[in-house]
Amino acid sequence: MDRSTTVEPRDPMPEGYRRTLVRQIAQHAHSEIIGMQPEGEWISRAPSLRRKAILMAKVQDEAGHGLYLYAAAETLGTPRADLLEALHAGRQKYSSIFNYPTLTWADVGAIGWLVDGAAIVNQVPLCRCSYGPYARAMVRICKEESFHQRQGFEILHTLARGTAEQRAMAQDAVDRFWWPSLMMFGPPDADSPNTEQSMAWGIKRFTNDELRQRFVDIAVPQAEALGLTLPDPELRWDEDRGHWHFGTPDFAELAEVVAGRGPCNADRLAHRVRAHEDGAWVREAAAAHAAKRAAREPAA
Amino acid sequence: MSGGASGGGEWPLWEVFVRARRGMAHVHVGSLHAPDADLALRNARDVYTRRQEGVSLWVVPSAEVVASTPDVRGSFFEPAADKDYRHPTHYTVPDGVQHL
Repeated sequence: MDRSTTVEPRDPMPEGYRRTLVRQIAQHAHSEIIGMQPEGEWISRAPSLRRKAILMAKVQDEAGHGLYLYAAAETLGTPRADLLEALHAGRQKYSSIFNYPTLTWADVGAIGWLVDGAAIVNQVPLCRCSYGPYARAMVRICKEESFHQRQGFEILHTLARGTAEQRAMAQDAVDRFWWPSLMMFGPPDADSPNTEQSMAWGIKRFTNDELRQRFVDIAVPQAEALGLTLPDPELRWDEDRGHWHFGTPDFAELAEVVAGRGPCNADRLAHRVRAHEDGAWVREAAAAHAAKRAAREPAA
Repeated sequence: MSGGASGGGEWPLWEVFVRARRGMAHVHVGSLHAPDADLALRNARDVYTRRQEGVSLWVVPSAEVVASTPDVRGSFFEPAADKDYRHPTHYTVPDGVQHL
């Protein structure tokens, strides 16, 4: 495939390319809207009005990101309703990270710093992805994500300089979210059968392991600035490679969570389906209102 | 209702255009579903201008956009292909001649 050309919606494209894009963009869109849940749970319990306003803005952004991505997927000929149906029926996945619970306020900080940080490392190369609508959606998303990561870092930084209890809470959140964040980059390259094809198609620009390493190299000095430790006894600077050496994430755990057996999988999906069904009357009312107005103004 | 469908079927698709500042043209930023023009405009505001990205919004039903066909892109735009002389770079200007 020609690396210099962007593919646009009505261009001819191989069926496998289209299928891979729909799967990846849909999974990405689902992750955005499921990702509203772990943080949304803390909106009513945010420790100040400022934190509450920030968290609401962030969760609203995630909804917007989901919408940009569903719109990008629709340009490939798959209606949004079909994608939501596939999510609700469990036929399409979302990022495994959102199947971990947010137990304390510090978890909101850890999600912003580590989870959004990992997402940014994953997403920045997608701004140059070969499919135009996906790349354009990613440009918007990456611009908006940088505030998400900073607000998380600020939460942890504040807690880390607070009371001994607050400090412990921050450390505990980092301890629990560090390894699942590394798993966000997917299985190791040797076990990632789709990577080669996706790279040939220009959908992916770097391998899972390359991006994971990039994230670790960025996060280690940031953890030092926070005064918090990362829960990896193998972590050390590798002078020869010019990178941080780190331990191997528990990929068996990743496989379990992806297979639907993580701590919160069932809750997340049930909540999503319930929210969708509870919102049906709003969609029906809006459609009825539009139909009534259209009937009243036939000449307009 | 069935599956993910909204009651009464899928809402129509709208294309969204934002004028970033006065003096600039409206630029296509994306699309969204909405039952009518009023809600399309409100949703476009919430989705595409949460950070003061615009001072004016257009929403246009996607079905109303008439587009050239990618398949005949070559022949459709072909008449302009061999007319280099429409560009100033086509012309040779002697050294030292300015403001031309």
